[in-house]
Amino acid sequence: MLIYVLKRIGLGIVIVVLAVSLLFLMIHMVPGDPARILLGPRATPEMIAHLSLKMGLDQPLFVQILKFFGNLLRGDLGMDVITNRPVAEIVFGQLPYTLWLIFTAITGAMIIGIPLGCYSALHRNSILDRITGIISVACITAPAFVVALYSLLIFAVWLRWFPAIGAGERGQFWDQVAHLVMPAFAIGLAWVGYLARLVRSSMLEVLGDNHIRTARAYGLPESTVVYRYALKLAVLPTVTVIGVGMGFLLSAALFTEIVFARPGIGKLIFDSITTRNYPVVMGSVLVSTIMFVISTTLSDLINAWLDPRIRAAL
Amino acid sequence: MSALPTTENVLTIRDLSIEYTTDRGVLKAIRNVNLDIPKGSIVGVIGESGCGKSTLISSIIRLLAPNANVPNGSIEFEKQDLLKLSEDDMRKIRGARLSIVFQDPMSSLNPVLSIGRQMTDIQYRDKKTMSQKRQRSIDMLASVGIPDPESRLKQYPHEFSGGMQQRISIAMALQAEPSLLIADEPTTALDATLEVQIINLLKELQSKMNCSILFISHHLGVIAELCEHVVVMYAGEVVEQGTTKDVFRNPTHPYTAKLLECDPARIAQKTRLLPTIPGEIPDLVSLPPGCVYKNRCDKAMEICDSKTPSWTDFKDGHFVSCHLVEAT
Amino acid sequence: MKDVIRRVAADPLGLMGLCLVTLMVVSAVLAALIAPYDPIALNIMDRLQGPSWSHFLGTDQLGRDLFSRVLYGGQVALKVALVSTGVSLVIGTVLGMIAGFGPRWFDNVIMLFFDTIRSFPTVMFALATVALVGPSLSTVIIVIIVTQIPTYGRVVRTQTLTIKSSEFIKAEIVMGASTFRILTVHILPNVVGPLLILASMDIPTVIALEAGLSFLGMGVKPPTPSWGSILNDGYTLIRITPWPIIAGSIPLVLVTLGFTFLGESLRDQLDPKLRKSL
Repeated sequence: MLIYVLKRIGLGIVIVVLAVSLLFLMIHMVPGDPARILLGPRATPEMIAHLSLKMGLDQPLFVQILKFFGNLLRGDLGMDVITNRPVAEIVFGQLPYTLWLIFTAITGAMIIGIPLGCYSALHRNSILDRITGIISVACITAPAFVVALYSLLIFAVWLRWFPAIGAGERGQFWDQVAHLVMPAFAIGLAWVGYLARLVRSSMLEVLGDNHIRTARAYGLPESTVVYRYALKLAVLPTVTVIGVGMGFLLSAALFTEIVFARPGIGKLIFDSITTRNYPVVMGSVLVSTIMFVISTTLSDLINAWLDPRIRAAL
Repeated sequence: MSALPTTENVLTIRDLSIEYTTDRGVLKAIRNVNLDIPKGSIVGVIGESGCGKSTLISSIIRLLAPNANVPNGSIEFEKQDLLKLSEDDMRKIRGARLSIVFQDPMSSLNPVLSIGRQMTDIQYRDKKTMSQKRQRSIDMLASVGIPDPESRLKQYPHEFSGGMQQRISIAMALQAEPSLLIADEPTTALDATLEVQIINLLKELQSKMNCSILFISHHLGVIAELCEHVVVMYAGEVVEQGTTKDVFRNPTHPYTAKLLECDPARIAQKTRLLPTIPGEIPDLVSLPPGCVYKNRCDKAMEICDSKTPSWTDFKDGHFVSCHLVEAT
Repeated sequence: MKDVIRRVAADPLGLMGLCLVTLMVVSAVLAALIAPYDPIALNIMDRLQGPSWSHFLGTDQLGRDLFSRVLYGGQVALKVALVSTGVSLVIGTVLGMIAGFGPRWFDNVIMLFFDTIRSFPTVMFALATVALVGPSLSTVIIVIIVTQIPTYGRVVRTQTLTIKSSEFIKAEIVMGASTFRILTVHILPNVVGPLLILASMDIPTVIALEAGLSFLGMGVKPPTPSWGSILNDGYTLIRITPWPIIAGSIPLVLVTLGFTFLGESLRDQLDPKLRKSL
């Protein structure tokens, strides 16, 4: 098991290295002077010269990559072109907003989706099951930003139940919560449907398994059979799905932040592109990618830990 | 109708029919089945695939599929008709007075729980402490021949071999000291040497605990070795029942006779072709009238086409359902 | 193949999916014929109207007919769907087959390549690229192709590995069948089914991706209509009129529903062992 953990983490690190290198190469593959491109049209000759030196543009590519990684490990993601602040500071300043949004969205989706899926499996073809089925499909079909637009339209513009813009006053807990509701809803809606379907089909499969028949043959109470035996197994795929879904969550968060004018990494990237603040764009994408890789690695590891069959096979 | 008074039986099935509602129509899986399991005895059920063995078992433990219904019959177990019990009362019996060992131990044991956990979980009705329950499990594992049971409690099913898994299943089934153990083809998934071990184990435990066993199999040799009584099923009906000696020495129903003839273990001389019974079991949705075996029977008469034979006691507890016997 | 189409059409879910998809394709292809107005024609006098007989979905802030814009937007969506899915499918299949069938080290390299691409949140990767080369539809299509290659590649690789280890392939190899023959005659036909299902499920994602990027202004350049850019206009006008948002979202939802139904129906028909979960 330990070997698997190390191997999996090792793989994660390799992927991060490769992804970062890819980003690095992308900057260099574009025709033109990388420093000029990175700094954009606002660049003054002094800034270009300074950055070129820092990136070591006169040196072979290999050395440049090493310098890049060296800077990365020291937490240096470059400097913001406009305000001249360290990119790392800007990115990590905005990151918590996105994390809160994602966390709220997925937790909400799990709290509603998993029991819904469980109920649907136990009461197949009941009214609630059918309604859930239809709503699940409906939820999945609209892209996150469309859901965001409609929630904005219905809840903020027409009904005026929730604020339309921003994250709320700092330090004001309930205000921030109020500002979280709709963005989290926009992201989480599709996931409710998706998780409900996943748990439903997973439960149905597990409930048909022979060992569930054995448990029933021993007269174990139905609640034990369903909740302790079946549900635990049925929920396993959810873990993997959420881990891999971090990518989708980040993308959905990006759109949601833009639609609701909410601070976060997504909005940061978008604003930075519009203002041609490329170091911030690159830095944000880099951080997001690393987060994604961490998430998938963690989910693989948790999955292996939860299922003793996988544990034994390692 | 039975020669034995039914109070001597631990399980008495009378005139049981079970149907499944399917898209194609009503499938009559079991029709008017009679079965006696005397106290403290081992009764074998033999029959080919599709004869209704699984439905029979499912009906005894009452875990039938939702599209099944019972138009007639009774299953009397310890003075109660199992078919008339509420689900709660039925649950009280399952795993306590009545237990079952399934065919494939790997899939019937929960793969993500340790066997210790599974064995203590099923003791949930007992008001014992956890360590008492664990001890009971350890004792049971020892009695089925699992070496060093205490340390193996925390292992998972996949860490055991097939034979060990089946022993564990048997230990689980006998843990509550049931009056009846149903063994659904417990050795089919095992190789011959393991089969012998499991059979001997069952014999030993049965005589120690004096429970009854209903042993389902399609292996004639095992039935002959283990069972005192045997029931022969074909296409949802019981065609013959009696002591194993009687039935195997004087098979009365043509199907039983053919079964014995076709058993490779009994073939005394070298032949080029193994004997088989030509034909297939009939469609249980649209059953033709008359005897269900008639289109494969080499002794079929005219009456077999129109009239279903009745269950006749033709000799001292040896029952058969065949017009040949009625005629005499 | 015809048999599969017939079975899918017989299934109500599949039939609905086929109808929706056909509707989308036909309306996009025949947009020039069906559209009542020129999608980029300005008509300030008629701006911001709601739905009416002359403008089925109303007009936007420049007086452009939304219905016509939606129809032409379908052309963009269709182009994106066909080109990006087609190219990434082909490249992904080739790479997947080689990875599955070829030497172990090659498999590892390709898998690393796939995993690396997959480690980027798709939209962010797209934005990073657009930041460097500027927004355009072609950029979007190329980015989509690159990010979708692993989707198809992994499935093909898994199938190839499974089939490769089956007994009859070993027999074929012993009998001297060339790798090319094995790949084309034995593995490819088995891969087509899962690929079709995957493509069906993936196309809505791809179309939504283009719409999203155009919504952000990173895709098609104005005044070309794309469902995403219509939604962008709608966003700006949200407090004034909801109709651009409705106009832009309806085709997106219908297309997604259509392909999802089609994909589910295909999956039921091609693999009856899989239980329907709906």
